[in-house]
Amino acid sequence: MTPPTASTEPLESYRSGPDERGHFGIFGGRFVAETLMPLILDLERAYDAARQSPDFQRDFDYFATHYTGRPSPLYFASSLTESLGGAKIYFKRDELNHTGSHKINNTLGQILLAKRMGKSRIIAETGAGQHGVATATVCALFDLPCVVYMGATDIERQAPNVFRMKLLGAEVVPVTSGTGTLKDAMNEALRDWVANVEDTFYIIGTVAGPHPYPAMVRDFQSVIGREAKQQIEQAEGRLPDTLVACIGGGSNAMGLFHPFLDDPVGIIGVEAGGLGLQTEQHAASLTGGRPGVLHGNRTYLLQNEDGQIIDAHSISAGLDYPGIGPEHAWLHDHGRVDYVSVTDSEALEAFQLCCRTEGIIPALEPAHALAHVAKIAPEMDKDQIIVMNLCGRGDKDIFTVADVLGVEI
Amino acid sequence: MSRGDRVDLAFKRLSDEGRAGLVTFITAGDPDLETSQNLMEGLADSGADIIELGMPFSDPMADGPAIQAANLRALANGASLRRTLDMVARFRRSNDQTPVILMGYFNPIYQYGPTRFVTDAVESGVDGLILVDLPPEEDDELCDPARTAGLHWVRLVTPTSDEKRLKSVLKNASGFVYYVSIAGITGTRSASVSAVGDAVARLRSHTGLPIAVGFGINTPEQVHDTVEVADGAVVGSAIIREIEKNLDETGAARPELLENVSSLVRTLAEGARN
Ligand SMILES: Cc1ncc(COP(=O)(O)O)c(C=O)c1O
Repeated sequence: MTPPTASTEPLESYRSGPDERGHFGIFGGRFVAETLMPLILDLERAYDAARQSPDFQRDFDYFATHYTGRPSPLYFASSLTESLGGAKIYFKRDELNHTGSHKINNTLGQILLAKRMGKSRIIAETGAGQHGVATATVCALFDLPCVVYMGATDIERQAPNVFRMKLLGAEVVPVTSGTGTLKDAMNEALRDWVANVEDTFYIIGTVAGPHPYPAMVRDFQSVIGREAKQQIEQAEGRLPDTLVACIGGGSNAMGLFHPFLDDPVGIIGVEAGGLGLQTEQHAASLTGGRPGVLHGNRTYLLQNEDGQIIDAHSISAGLDYPGIGPEHAWLHDHGRVDYVSVTDSEALEAFQLCCRTEGIIPALEPAHALAHVAKIAPEMDKDQIIVMNLCGRGDKDIFTVADVLGVEI
Repeated sequence: MSRGDRVDLAFKRLSDEGRAGLVTFITAGDPDLETSQNLMEGLADSGADIIELGMPFSDPMADGPAIQAANLRALANGASLRRTLDMVARFRRSNDQTPVILMGYFNPIYQYGPTRFVTDAVESGVDGLILVDLPPEEDDELCDPARTAGLHWVRLVTPTSDEKRLKSVLKNASGFVYYVSIAGITGTRSASVSAVGDAVARLRSHTGLPIAVGFGINTPEQVHDTVEVADGAVVGSAIIREIEKNLDETGAARPELLENVSSLVRTLAEGARN
């Protein structure tokens, strides 16, 4: 295990953020139009109250157990471990959740909050469509109208999820501005929110956006890490050596990492390297970007000299975002978490490896995490342990994969 | 006199003339740098009392389709923050009177460096700044150097700004206050005359600064109704749409673009005068 490379003095705790202004060091904050400020402050108060309410916690746990199907298993991937010939690999199987990814953990939390706040209309942005599906699902469950903004490009490459959302009763609005991907969808959702401040609750799908979203989404997703910690103690009687998760905005990663941040565990976040970091066609905001301000927070962004945001590229629509949650930016600068990247073709190879060795078709997003696991596991001792977040299943991706492999289906 | 006083002088002149002002918005570099420069000069000549110049940004999240498209056209044709400042400097060679307020989003300024930016902005002849995504909670790093350098810090007040927020919003405001008349993005809905009247009256009890009203003001009649209650009416999307109408299939400016925009601005200016 390589220890994290600390760029600053180690902190007493890495779990204390954000501060009362919503900042993680210089990152995070509330960079929104004045129209939204009162709403965001209101949301913060409502979330603070909900977090401390036993009723809210009870409802959240109830639906997590009986609707989502939590806890998700922590599965020892023995065939994969054997074939890679190094560290023991465990999958945290959030792909088994209802709707097929970790996104439902967050949408359940936020819709319960929306109900508490008396909101009557839900909006969301989506990239791969997983968050859109998870939002449409809870809106159906709680009988609230749902509008999902989705880039026109993504609508094309994630057609099954678009249809799923429609079946669930959501209105899917194609976004053609910019390049029609996740960042544009988020702009459009923010525009909707500014125009519908009275009744609308915006369910953001990752640990980004203005405070309190990054902290709130992290808290809802942290169920992943809390379970994993207990499960690995039970299975192995000790903490893992390394955690690995993929990063789009960073919610599945933060959910797994956060409960372990103050433990002696190596932590690796895997960004989408697209066609390679030497090209401009990637989505690795931490390894290939600079601090900037977008979508309500300060974080690492892909941008040009003039501060114009550059479109991200990844084979995985869910990782195709030019920013990253502010807490990741902060953990990066403190050297607590290592951030690496994996290319489209490495992810595609890992995708196939997972299908063949474990009989699990992973989403292309966690296939990025797996590609990195495949790089480091063979270098590690056989008694070392990796826990990887298998945060989504790959049904939605089979068309993309077939296309890249040149197969007609 | 400090540089920022172009704004104070403009409002003083307006009040001496017993009328309110027309504030016009265009995006710097839209549809191209050269046309935009000429447009800026034309605005002043056609009766704009104050010019708001948009600093192009790839992700203008508080703007509607018209201004979004203007931003993208400008960027596609080589606009940048540095070139926006150059545009103002060139404008100042022939016009030392019309206040120029830069309006936009923080990231380009953050990359430029806030301190260097305010220095260069003052040197170029900029009079004030409006930053859409810097609420009072986040604006020290630009507001403080800007005010020190003598730039006006124009704050946005919205229909959602309650009494408590008004205090913090108005705290560092200078030059004038920009009342965003609808909860929404640019170029969409318009507020009712009475709602604007009530809001401006409420604002006046909190500030002695002049109040300009914007969002959803498209016609000379709407300008007229607005200046009945406010000190200035801001027109943006309507001008941008006129620019858009005068582009050919390749997106290039037609020869009549300048004249058509000028004549629109003249009619808007008349709305502000009677
Ligand atoms: C399965 C899956 N994993 C990961 C992501 C990326 O998001 P995040 O980094 O917030 O977990 C997505 C987003 O759509 C997803 O669908």
